[in-house]
Amino acid sequence: MAYDYEKSIRPGKLPHIWCPGCGHGIVMKGLIRAMDTCNLDRKMTSIVSGIGCASRLPGYLDACTLHTAHGRAAAFATGVKMANPEMTVICCGGDGDGTAIGGNHFIHACRRNIDMTYVIMNNYIYGMTGGQFSPCTPTGHLASTTPYGNPDPVFDISKLAIGAGATYVARTTAFHATQIDKLIAEGIKHKGMAIIEVLDDCPTTYGRRNKFRSVVDMMKRLKDMAVPVQAASKMTAEQLEGKILTGVLYKEDKPEYCEQYQNVIERAQGKAS
Amino acid sequence: MAKKVALLQGNEACAHGAVYAGAKFFAGYPITPSTEVAEVLSVELPKVGGKFIQMEDEIGAMAAVIGASLTGAKAITATSGPGVSLKQELIGYACIAETPCVIINVMRGGPSTGMPTGPGQSDVMQARWGTHGDHAAIAVVPASCQEIYSETVRAFNLAEKYRMPVQVLYDEIVGHMRERVEFPEPGELEVIDRQAPDVSPEDYKPYDATKGQVPPLAAFGSGYKFHVTGLNKAADGFPTTKAELVDAEERRQVDKVMDNAADIEKNEEYMTEDAEVILWAYGSTSRSARYAVNELRSQGVKAGLFRPITLWPFPEKRTLELAEQVKAIVVPEMNLGQMIYEVERVSQGKCKIAGVHRVDGEPLNPGEIMAKVKEVL
Repeated sequence: MAYDYEKSIRPGKLPHIWCPGCGHGIVMKGLIRAMDTCNLDRKMTSIVSGIGCASRLPGYLDACTLHTAHGRAAAFATGVKMANPEMTVICCGGDGDGTAIGGNHFIHACRRNIDMTYVIMNNYIYGMTGGQFSPCTPTGHLASTTPYGNPDPVFDISKLAIGAGATYVARTTAFHATQIDKLIAEGIKHKGMAIIEVLDDCPTTYGRRNKFRSVVDMMKRLKDMAVPVQAASKMTAEQLEGKILTGVLYKEDKPEYCEQYQNVIERAQGKAS
Repeated sequence: MAKKVALLQGNEACAHGAVYAGAKFFAGYPITPSTEVAEVLSVELPKVGGKFIQMEDEIGAMAAVIGASLTGAKAITATSGPGVSLKQELIGYACIAETPCVIINVMRGGPSTGMPTGPGQSDVMQARWGTHGDHAAIAVVPASCQEIYSETVRAFNLAEKYRMPVQVLYDEIVGHMRERVEFPEPGELEVIDRQAPDVSPEDYKPYDATKGQVPPLAAFGSGYKFHVTGLNKAADGFPTTKAELVDAEERRQVDKVMDNAADIEKNEEYMTEDAEVILWAYGSTSRSARYAVNELRSQGVKAGLFRPITLWPFPEKRTLELAEQVKAIVVPEMNLGQMIYEVERVSQGKCKIAGVHRVDGEPLNPGEIMAKVKEVL
């Protein structure tokens, strides 16, 4: 029997705002499957986003959803999680929202290792505002504000997350639809900050400008770029040129923030030595 | 049993007031001259099972406060001028998403970095109009350490009652001054909690105007699933651009404050009954003004003091009544003229109005206030 996504969608909230060919819908379906895999109680699940196309995702899902201000998802989510650590907290949003205006909150949420799952949809562009370059737009590529080619170097979101202290970091692409839910589910189950970067496609404002003739071309590019980490270990630097590693890139067990704060409470109340 | 008393800084009194009001969450970023509020709350909140977090910046602190409040915690942040400037976008978010929270602003000189250790009263208009868009504002301006305690409690009450951000503005002088503070007993001061929904989770709408000007607010994690956004929204919390819905929501959110101004308003008057000149002063400046009233009275000048404790919404009615009664109103402020414009606006030319202004980091002294009174009379 086909998987029933409808039961997780809020009645009357579709159609979504995403353009034909956009990968965000694939990611949303992956998130729905992951939430099911983890058997999440929607009343105890908060999905938090910032601003942008990807950040409209929470509104479609039946849960405690919080659509915040540009870049601030991780900071709002920190308040939600600390006020009630029983909540499962999931952030979602785009690359510009998460790593440009939200870059500071992103790295510090990683540093704290607060127990939340951040699904970051990296489509290399600011889609909602019409295709300006983001910290993830490839150098040399065209955007509405880089008419002569993007002069900026690029953020590697996953490496940034690992460097900042996230304890579960995984990457996949919108092409690898069946891997999305597995990685998100693992992130939800992980106690600590989980970052799942999904390389995504924006045919309307990025693909069009950069001569990707069709959505299929963009998807094919995602497929060709992706190399599973296991396979990459057997490849030469030359073979890995231009490739992007996918799968679980980093995992470790470290004290989680809210649990650490519980120790603070116990010390303050004289219950701990 | 004798009441617990302590020699407290205003900032320390503020933190203890927050705990009395039931605060369970603080997020902030260090900034002079407000830091003692954070420092004391980092000690006191975990004692009552509350949480303290020092965020990466002011914006993140305001975001965390809103997130915690929507998850049911009474939440507070404390900052000073430049910090409030950074928080402004999210103060607007708290307005439109109707999220109760308390923002302490210990005012210093400015603009920009200004005088971090000098007092100022130049954020009073920022408190009203700082964030973008149309919105109402509630701000209180305590003038003593004891009053900082009780007004912090009242700020929480107003935030919870009207489902919105409330600012507590006081200048560095009262923030760092030490005074005897009596700790009220439990039950002695009113503590108000937000109204919870009385409908089933299926029927709950977070902005249901049929429930009154201030619809009940459920907490994330309490069994209610709902959507919160900073976009203009309909009763169910989902974005809308339908003109009539946007208009109705915008107006309700302003009206809930303006229609209840009498409930929110709080002023103090001293020798105003027969006054011919009113000193219209707030915060630490009102203490110099009170001294000036006594001095002027001893010299035969019928002076009185009007001290707003709620600054926003502005005490329009009483200010106009006083303007009709007196020859002049003198407005001393540690800025180059902010509230004086409001006094002029509502006085409708009924009396002379003059300001006394300082922006050099020094308090206004009674002598210069008295000199201005004599000049205008």
